[in-house]
Amino acid sequence: MRSPLSDKIIEVKPSGIRKFFDIVSEMEDAISLGVGEPDFDTPWHIRDEGIYSLEKGKTFYTSNAGLKELKIEISNYIERRQNIRYDFNKEVLVTVGGSEAIDVALRCMLNPGEEVIIPEPCYVSYVPCTKMADGVPVIINLKNENRFRLTPEELEAAITDKTKVLILAFPNNPTGAIMEKEDLEKIAEIVIKHDIFVISDEIYSELTYGSEHISIAALPGMKERTIMINGFSKAYAMTGWRLGYACGPEEIISQMVKLHQFAIMCAPTTSQYAAVEALKNGDSDVEEMREAYNQRRRYLIHAFEEMGLPCFEPGGAFYVFPCIKEFGMTSEEFAIRFLEEEKVAVVPGTAFGDCGEGFLRISYAYSLDNLKVAIGRLSDFVKRLREQGK
Amino acid sequence: MREQILRIIEKDSRINIAELAVILGAAEIDVANEIAAMEAEGVICGYHTLIDWEKTSIEKVSALIEVRVTPQRGQGFDNIAERIYKYPEVNSVYLISGGYDLLVTLEGKSLKEVSNFVSDKLSTLDTVLSTATHFILKKYKDHGTVLACKEKDERLKLTL
Repeated sequence: MRSPLSDKIIEVKPSGIRKFFDIVSEMEDAISLGVGEPDFDTPWHIRDEGIYSLEKGKTFYTSNAGLKELKIEISNYIERRQNIRYDFNKEVLVTVGGSEAIDVALRCMLNPGEEVIIPEPCYVSYVPCTKMADGVPVIINLKNENRFRLTPEELEAAITDKTKVLILAFPNNPTGAIMEKEDLEKIAEIVIKHDIFVISDEIYSELTYGSEHISIAALPGMKERTIMINGFSKAYAMTGWRLGYACGPEEIISQMVKLHQFAIMCAPTTSQYAAVEALKNGDSDVEEMREAYNQRRRYLIHAFEEMGLPCFEPGGAFYVFPCIKEFGMTSEEFAIRFLEEEKVAVVPGTAFGDCGEGFLRISYAYSLDNLKVAIGRLSDFVKRLREQGK
Repeated sequence: MREQILRIIEKDSRINIAELAVILGAAEIDVANEIAAMEAEGVICGYHTLIDWEKTSIEKVSALIEVRVTPQRGQGFDNIAERIYKYPEVNSVYLISGGYDLLVTLEGKSLKEVSNFVSDKLSTLDTVLSTATHFILKKYKDHGTVLACKEKDERLKLTL
């Protein structure tokens, strides 16, 4: 029998740390610092709106681009938070999580062979989605000494005449890095000069600590060449609702709506009704969760300082990215030993790109009590390794 | 900083000052001073423990009592409230808007003890017009904490 599969899908590599995942899932009593979703439940008033919509029989498709009411709220929200005005009717698409928006945007924007610049370490879907869209991923290895921000020099060096899209994902998973206005201005200048486009994954935009999130789309000349992606998962603790959105120029969004219509039809109706409530009355929930994350973030940074593990202070998301190079192990070796000896799961930095080697992603989407236990074990483990090393 | 300290210790009064200082990003001495000041000002009135007595072998009965009273000239409700809250078995006394005036909560060892309190002490006060006693059958949630069950972390152990 001939192969039923496409060459393209065969070429997409499964996650490099499959082995580690398998070990973790086998270990029943392990505690984890490995999740990429909030520990909070979706605030009750938001869930309640979802339930109410079901009771009222709102169980049909919505229009392809999303409920009008929700698109209006999204547009208002972005204007309120980012000071960018998107026409709810033509420039907003409600998607099944931010993930779908990434996939659809790439498939609508790439011709075969066009290059997509992807700064790593980053979330795992950009490279496979680029490949499935016939694009060519061009990786930039971000550096710890730059606090994992993208520098204009790095970007300039990666651009060729085939470059079509730059993916920006800040606040960043896994590093917690952010890009501030001055950083983005330099990037925007290069993007405009070379006439390329940006897909800006801003799913963690509500989780910044100390400085307000700025979207590159807010900079002069950038709105017309940026697809801004966001969603409800992280800000409102709504991961399982699968709801995100993309905003951008009508020329791109209208094509994304077309693809979304054929692939998905529309985002889940119940989730859309709940999301309207989230945007209308959820500001204080976001604020409260942000403060809780910030407290944990401070706790972790302090704990790493005490342990003597080098770790830059992350300004966003809910991850810290400490460096473990001193132990002479790969990230995966470290993570496996730590799991076996202390029964705590963390994610090796290499899950997010080769340049994550020597780092761990530690999530603080856990209660302080849980963090204390896990970090206590990490401290013991590090002490033991250092003694063994002597 | 006050508001943040209060929010945290309202939920966890046993957190130590050093830790509180770390998670608030403040100096230990400032946090300690702020707490001492709030204690002195009566903003912080006490540190209590939330106990689910159901899980112990100690029998307790709690009741909510709606009390209608005649306010007194020049005193309003304060005098009568004081007469009621002086009883040690009374847990709380609130002045309430609506159909009645004072909401009194109290704890006793038995049904009888509570009803004796109501009939002998509370109802016989001159200014009390009427009472309605509600016994608490089960506490699901108290002070923002769900007592019914411990919630489990249902998330996948690793997600990227």
